[in-house]
Amino acid sequence: MIALAIIALLTFAAAISAFVLRNLIHSVLLLVGAWAGIAAFYLWAGAEFVAFAQVLVYVGAVSMVVLFAVLLTRQGATTAPVEFDSLKRGVFGFVVAGGVGGLLVGAILGSPLDVHTAATNPAVSVKELGHLLMGPHAAALLIVGVLLTVALLGAMVIAASDKPEDTP
Amino acid sequence: MSPLQLCLLFSSLLFCVGLAGALSRSNTILVLLGIELMLNAANLNFIAFWRYGPHPEAGTGLIFVLFAIAVAAAEAAVGLALVIAIHRHRKSIRLQEANSLKG
Repeated sequence: MIALAIIALLTFAAAISAFVLRNLIHSVLLLVGAWAGIAAFYLWAGAEFVAFAQVLVYVGAVSMVVLFAVLLTRQGATTAPVEFDSLKRGVFGFVVAGGVGGLLVGAILGSPLDVHTAATNPAVSVKELGHLLMGPHAAALLIVGVLLTVALLGAMVIAASDKPEDTP
Repeated sequence: MSPLQLCLLFSSLLFCVGLAGALSRSNTILVLLGIELMLNAANLNFIAFWRYGPHPEAGTGLIFVLFAIAVAAAEAAVGLALVIAIHRHRKSIRLQEANSLKG
């Protein structure tokens, strides 16, 4: 329980400061910290393979893509802070998020959850997971592969430069 | 308070942090990152219900989270490509200035 509290506090601190800071690079790096905290939560809950997938995909790949996007869309000055957002927009965002948060917390605390406290962590080994992925979920795995290919090709086409001298 | 409730509180508060970030910032990359954080918070729920649910040996929550991570990676790649394309045309990535598709 104490480990969960520490993980949650660190993840919250990283996520909140990421959206409060003005420097875009700092925000992205702090969000990578928050994703690593989520991977730590997966490890705590006994889902090791998902934790490794989270580290590989988010902490490794998505963070690099985001950093490249930040560097490619930089305007002129090297360390220009993100311009101040309008106060109305910020207040509106916080009010909506606070309302949703209150609703969710009230629902969680008010519902009688039938907790099935297993004495030990439910161990689903990587071998069993592989059998599940290749057996009952093989079609979904193939569809995800096709989806990733199409999405990455589409991203390349969208982001590729369309200067007139490049096109034949 | 049961551990399941603690996990659910953790994920819902993380969701709210992402929602507040996505709604209150006007930088497109930060909005996209807020949406990613909300998606991650939803994944935490799957793991919590798998861990404390009645059938943890089935592994359904794990499979769902793996597929959700794969789809989120594709979404992030396409979204950031769109950000780069908008920046090339408008020299800015503020949301308020990328409104040419608005009716």
